[in-house]
Amino acid sequence: MVILPPSIEDYARRFQPAAGGVRHQRSAPLSPHLARLEAESIHILREVAAEFRNPVMLYSIGKDSTVMLHLALKAFWPARPPFPLLHIDSLWEFQAMGSFRDDLRDALGIDIRVHVNEAGRARNLSPFVHGSALHTEVMRTEGLLQALNQGRFDAAIGGGRRDEEKSRAKERIFSHRDANQGWDPRNQRPELWNMFNTRLGPNESMRVFPLSNWTELDIWRYIAEEAIPVVPLYFAAERPTVVRDDVLLMVDDDRLPLAPGEQPEMRRIRFRTLGCYPLTGAVESDAATLPEVVAEMAAARTSERQGRVIDHDEAGSMEKKKRQGYF
Amino acid sequence: MGRSAPGGVLRLLTCGSVDDGKSTLIGRLLHDTQLIMEDTLVSLARDSRKHGTTGEEIDFALLLDGLEAEREQGITIDVAYRFFETPARKFIVADTPGHEQYTRNMATGASTADLGIVLVDARKGLLPQTRRHSLILSLLGIRHVVLAVNKMDLVDHDEAVFRQIVADYQATAAGLGFAGITPIPMAARAGANVAAPASAMPWYDGPTLLQHLEQVDIGADSDGQPLRFPVQWVNRPNADFRGFAGTLASGRIAVGDPVVVARSGASSTVARIVTADADVAEAEAGEAVTLVLADEIDVSRGDLLVPPQARPDVAQQFAANLLWLHEDALIPGRPYHLRAGPFTCLASVTQLKHRIDVTSGEPRPARTLAMNEIGLANLDSAAPLAFDPYAENRQTGGFILVDRFTNQTVGAGMIVHPLRRAANIHLQAMAVGQAQRSVLKGHQPAVLWFTGLSGSGKSTIASAVEARLAALGCHTYALDGDNIRHGLNRDLGFTDADRVENIRRIGEVARLMADAGLITTCSFISPFQAERQLARELVGGDRFLEIFVDAPIELCMARDPKGLYAKAKAGEIRNFTGFDSPYERPHAPDILIKADEESVDQAVERILATLRAREIIA
Repeated sequence: MVILPPSIEDYARRFQPAAGGVRHQRSAPLSPHLARLEAESIHILREVAAEFRNPVMLYSIGKDSTVMLHLALKAFWPARPPFPLLHIDSLWEFQAMGSFRDDLRDALGIDIRVHVNEAGRARNLSPFVHGSALHTEVMRTEGLLQALNQGRFDAAIGGGRRDEEKSRAKERIFSHRDANQGWDPRNQRPELWNMFNTRLGPNESMRVFPLSNWTELDIWRYIAEEAIPVVPLYFAAERPTVVRDDVLLMVDDDRLPLAPGEQPEMRRIRFRTLGCYPLTGAVESDAATLPEVVAEMAAARTSERQGRVIDHDEAGSMEKKKRQGYF
Repeated sequence: MGRSAPGGVLRLLTCGSVDDGKSTLIGRLLHDTQLIMEDTLVSLARDSRKHGTTGEEIDFALLLDGLEAEREQGITIDVAYRFFETPARKFIVADTPGHEQYTRNMATGASTADLGIVLVDARKGLLPQTRRHSLILSLLGIRHVVLAVNKMDLVDHDEAVFRQIVADYQATAAGLGFAGITPIPMAARAGANVAAPASAMPWYDGPTLLQHLEQVDIGADSDGQPLRFPVQWVNRPNADFRGFAGTLASGRIAVGDPVVVARSGASSTVARIVTADADVAEAEAGEAVTLVLADEIDVSRGDLLVPPQARPDVAQQFAANLLWLHEDALIPGRPYHLRAGPFTCLASVTQLKHRIDVTSGEPRPARTLAMNEIGLANLDSAAPLAFDPYAENRQTGGFILVDRFTNQTVGAGMIVHPLRRAANIHLQAMAVGQAQRSVLKGHQPAVLWFTGLSGSGKSTIASAVEARLAALGCHTYALDGDNIRHGLNRDLGFTDADRVENIRRIGEVARLMADAGLITTCSFISPFQAERQLARELVGGDRFLEIFVDAPIELCMARDPKGLYAKAKAGEIRNFTGFDSPYERPHAPDILIKADEESVDQAVERILATLRAREIIA
């Protein structure tokens, strides 16, 4: 287990041995259960590459996506992942995420495409003004459907995990979507052994979840054992914050409306999930290294989605969003 | 996948009847291993008051019944996967429904599980479903079972009740091949003998459920099996590297080992075992690696690399236990996509030997399998399949069947053994070929396949076409539904399965006629797209013309040349196409005849024009 993630440049050199790079030197073999999860995910990624005409990997810049990218780099080695990555940019993500994405793209030399729902940009949509539900609907769900349709992708690989949320626990690893990208939980294909039914009708597509059987704690242990870089916001630091509806928000730019005379307060915080900064609650924490984050996760008594404003809207909200095409 | 030594991961599933308390048990396990988060508990307490069945207490079952519809109905309808861990192990739990029509979900959960928990309500004892679930566990190759006798608090923690249920279960599970049955008395709602010992049952001195799950040595089902390496993806980034990516289904492999391609017999040795971390000297079951071979041999996705001295069976005919997963019943003779690991081809059931009564375990005669039914079947695949009996290797002995038109996963198979009869039948090459016969006849062979409702005018048009062709000096033959049913197919009725066999035989006869050089007209209702496709493939696409005689059902009923519609209306005939049996319209027939818009002569002219355009006749 490493104390801090490597720099993006050092990480990228691992996958360029021809240029004199050095592969990851591990002090101990990968933990047995992580090795088993890794092998299962690699198997799934290779199935996608072998079976679909035009797959794409959804890249949200978060820890799960970055682990998924790492698994793809390993699955196809020494070839590069045979599909592009796609980031649906909501225009409200933490600034540190955009720079991490661009640095990773440049260092690894991989194809990360960025899509913005231009209709939403033109309307200057703001979660503070228009509400989190509309913002998410337009910038994430609609933006994703636009990008998938424009790219004519027949398979979209996502970082969803079954431990995240109740409706996800029942989703298949290869999850069928009809011609309107809709999900019908009553009509899911049974998945036996590790044999996946990848057949599609006209205009249908597949969502594929290679991290289905990982938990949040597995992800962090794997990041620590594999020395994978992640956005620094996952580690505790003094950051400017305000409290809104019992949620601790970080003041990431000047679009956050402050009450007259209100001053952001410096707190030692970190994030368990990353996304749009107005919708993502921070936790107060001293975990500034990977071992500290892993220890905090192992002792955690709240779920990671607690920090996401979107899930509190109404009961069953995630299932409704998924039926409409949200990831 | 692969091994699961103590430590590592244990995959398990729970099964039982409705209300036996499966979801409650898993909720308890998660709670007692502190895997339920505080915010989840808050929403659980809220949900318990709204939907729960436990009054003011927390209803742990609501934790697992994820989908809104299920919460309303109060039953779990699908497989949910849950995770928890203790310092000893990580656990993946499949929560599978007890409701009778959802057997397929249980099989799904069982296919990847190492251990099954069979729940029994202490008040009710064994139920028919208990036997059914145990049989499915056994068929899916699960060797380790926990018999969880639940709700002991409701029978006053009576040891005699527990002993009786254990004795009943041991009798019912005899012959199912379980390596170990561990009975545990518990009260899951209160947590007794789940993670903590139950003080109310001092007569029980065995492990709690959690202790047992942490300690049980399930071995790996592929332990001791020879190498099986299904090639998933050919990795060819540049001209200097050609690797075969895949996950070892069983066994071990080391650099320098000889391997053969199971289906072709081509052989080589392992030159490198590549992973992104580093090349390794050897790999074992469950590891995802990339092999580089010493020789340039033909290997592609779907091939199985094996040791030369321990090869799998390679056959096109085999017997398998088949579990049917879909509302559309199995149709023997219909080709389905078969998927075994990365290998795919078409396959059909040639003979359904029997259905298994899952309550008694007894074989029963059957013509088809409905959803959730299990039977023993002989299958025929379009290409040779490399496999091991499922009982020896779960990774290389299982397959799924996928419908060609709906793309739904319709069946799951567990291969029992290859059928040897195929091995000694080889096609005989004949001295005179079809091309030579065509030269003698002065035209190309063809099969004109007329499909449409009864009374649409198929036979009338086919007969007129044949008369014109005969006048032109063509050699013809006519196959007609009613005539064939009086002879070759007189053993067949009108069920869906019989209709499929009817068309299969006619397709075979039509192919022989085409090989003989004849132009053959076939007039059959042939209501299913799958069988018309089968006939096309049997005959060969370039000499097969599908002619759809499209007549509105009102017109056919008005004509009713044989009085059949009248009889169907009166209830004297069942399974009558267009009436109480479906007709699937062809999407893209070679020729479409609108029976209510054109005359027989016009139709005949258009058919002859098509035959000329395709250079079948001059």
